[in-house]
Amino acid sequence: MGNQQLTLDLEKVARARELARSIALQVQQEIDQNTTVSIERTVARLFGIDGTNANGVPLPNVVVDQVAEAGQLQRGIAYWLANGAAALGKAPQQVAEACAQGLDLCSLGVQDPNRVAEIMETYTSQALQAIKEQRRVREEAVARLGMGPRPLKYVIVASGNIFEDVKQAQSAARHGADIIAVIRTTAQSLLDYVPYGTTTEGFGGTYATQANFKLMRQALDEVSEEVGRYIQLVNYCSGLCMPEIAAMGALERLDMMLNDAMYGILFRDINMDRTFADQYFSRMINAYAGIVINTGEDNYLTTADAFEQAHTVLASNFINEQLGLQAGLRNWQLGLGHAFELDPNTPNGLLYEIAMAQTIRQIFPEAPLKYMPPTKHMTGDIFLGHVQNAMFNLVSVLTGQSIHLLGMLTEAIHTPHLSDRILSIENAQYVMDNARDLGGEISFRPDGIIQKRSAEILDQTVEFLGDIAAKGLKRAISEGWFADIKRPVAGGKGSDGVISKGLDYVNPIMEEMRRELGSNSAGKGEER
Amino acid sequence: MNSQIIKPYGDSWGDGQVQLSFTLPLPAGPRAQEAAKRLAAQMGLDNVQVVHMKDLHGFTYFILYGSCRHSVDVSAIPELEAEEQPMDFEEINAFIQARIGRKLVVVGACTGTDAHTVGLDAIMNMKGYKGEYGLERYPMIEAVNLGSQVPNEVLLQKAVEVKADAVLVSQVVTQRDVHIQNLTQLVEMAEAEGLRPRLIMVVGGPRIDRALAAELGFDAGFGVGTTARDVAGFLAKEMARRLEGEVK
Repeated sequence: MGNQQLTLDLEKVARARELARSIALQVQQEIDQNTTVSIERTVARLFGIDGTNANGVPLPNVVVDQVAEAGQLQRGIAYWLANGAAALGKAPQQVAEACAQGLDLCSLGVQDPNRVAEIMETYTSQALQAIKEQRRVREEAVARLGMGPRPLKYVIVASGNIFEDVKQAQSAARHGADIIAVIRTTAQSLLDYVPYGTTTEGFGGTYATQANFKLMRQALDEVSEEVGRYIQLVNYCSGLCMPEIAAMGALERLDMMLNDAMYGILFRDINMDRTFADQYFSRMINAYAGIVINTGEDNYLTTADAFEQAHTVLASNFINEQLGLQAGLRNWQLGLGHAFELDPNTPNGLLYEIAMAQTIRQIFPEAPLKYMPPTKHMTGDIFLGHVQNAMFNLVSVLTGQSIHLLGMLTEAIHTPHLSDRILSIENAQYVMDNARDLGGEISFRPDGIIQKRSAEILDQTVEFLGDIAAKGLKRAISEGWFADIKRPVAGGKGSDGVISKGLDYVNPIMEEMRRELGSNSAGKGEER
Repeated sequence: MNSQIIKPYGDSWGDGQVQLSFTLPLPAGPRAQEAAKRLAAQMGLDNVQVVHMKDLHGFTYFILYGSCRHSVDVSAIPELEAEEQPMDFEEINAFIQARIGRKLVVVGACTGTDAHTVGLDAIMNMKGYKGEYGLERYPMIEAVNLGSQVPNEVLLQKAVEVKADAVLVSQVVTQRDVHIQNLTQLVEMAEAEGLRPRLIMVVGGPRIDRALAAELGFDAGFGVGTTARDVAGFLAKEMARRLEGEVK
């Protein structure tokens, strides 16, 4: 870390950052106009609402849907819950349970505004205290146990059964993994609710539920003590329930969250307004909880060409950085993503990979960069695949990447077998230990391939960001500027869950977090 | 020695050398090693050597070599259809122009819960894969990519709407055989709605092959390493075959 092997044009870097800031501010203005059903369900969760009704519908959905159907959500669920709590003299959880039994929240009489404000303050304070306490526990454990050397080795478990996942995660940690991600079941991203309880069935992954989070965190706490380093837990703050998952992660002490500003739009066809609003609140919660986010630019290169489109990755890193900072995240929490995805038949491909990885490293010096392994060009040839992963491991350690997602030799074949994961950890340990300080020994020729490629990517990035700033991010996405995927501005899933904030809108959780984080931007409906 | 009867080849004819690796749910040690050897013997290997044994906390990973007792008589394999030279991009377009006389309409989707569009995009996107342009790039193909998590009924509706000649279904996630149920349902729905005879139905994915596709009622199945050219070539020939069949 901290090596400056490349000479970057710092004025261009500053220019790119300024353009990204103006792009992010444009988006932020629209974000501040809207709330969403998922933002409101998040507030309900943080007010302590948990469990399901008799039909298995989560209670946060029950209350938010009821108020939305009454056309009253523009005021914020916090108000209606507090008003209900004042009217019934009960806690929000009991109010929600009464709603599940048929209580009509919006038909209760208007209560004393001071009493309502007091209730909102009480439950906001309780929620924030609980999150702070988890943050304190993490900080204490990290201080006591320490973490593995960077790049941190990140592996995935994906059996579908949380109890199997726990065993595999502990096994991976014992063999050297530092970070465990529980891949979500296919299609959870498009559920407009968070399933409840522990789960043993999933497709290509395991449901993200609060109970599953708790179980895995406990298992990793155990194994952390055993191996003498703090093992981090990751899940996916993405899809239609972005901020709810953030709240669950904050309460159950996840350490990292996949949390991209544009991924849902591009790869899941989720509505733009929905995604932008949801990402803002989810990132604010992650910021508050001390969680490191991982962005998803690596995915662009699975659909677009890694050489031709390298600048779109860097441009998106700049935009994700600015949107993240606006939500209150600090630089150390920005796990900006990129990937080793060049066609292995590219002559000097390794040099281009080094150029990209080192450029991003130097532009975002404090960010814990997330580096993704080859996937698109992995074949059934597991032996060649193991070598591709070794090259990826080398570039990662050479350029000082922070969060290193381990490549599996069986990437193109099946979800990893137990032995695949261990072979992959061994590969990374070998390469990284052998080349540990190589980066500090190297400087690149000023007129060489790597230096020239770096300058080319930066030039293209500045130009691309200039074009986006002129056009607007939403229109740029609609014209397929990222990942070769076009998404219409008003289309996409979940658009019916976007609600314009009323003038009397309240979200005390967001207000208090924003106050403590010191992030900018307004939260009320626009004064017209 | 009859050269039609063959064995795996290590470094000399007939040595039968095979390498394999697997994990047993036993802690590493002499007992686990013996278990691995016995297992390999039952798989038909002689002179089994365990060259690597690694403890995975209660499990053991093995790499073994052995000499395969079995052989295969190649002369007993029935003639497979001749592997003809595939057409290239230009030839396929020219073929469609000449034999079909209009654009082929193809609708593609990752159906059911599958969110993985990598395979579908490799075949359909303009850009293509492995230096082969995707179907969108073919002047004589009208390609409609519906993306991921498309319900079977939506795929069929779209096929009717655009008067599709063919549907392409990509299935990447195969855990617990979810793809089998989903693919079976698609064929059943197409049959129930009377669409099956006029649609060329193709499935692709890492766990798909021709035999599985045929078993599930598809016209073709494409696995790992397939490019758009393979799919376009098949569609063009199959469509021509069907049209010419009708004329007779």
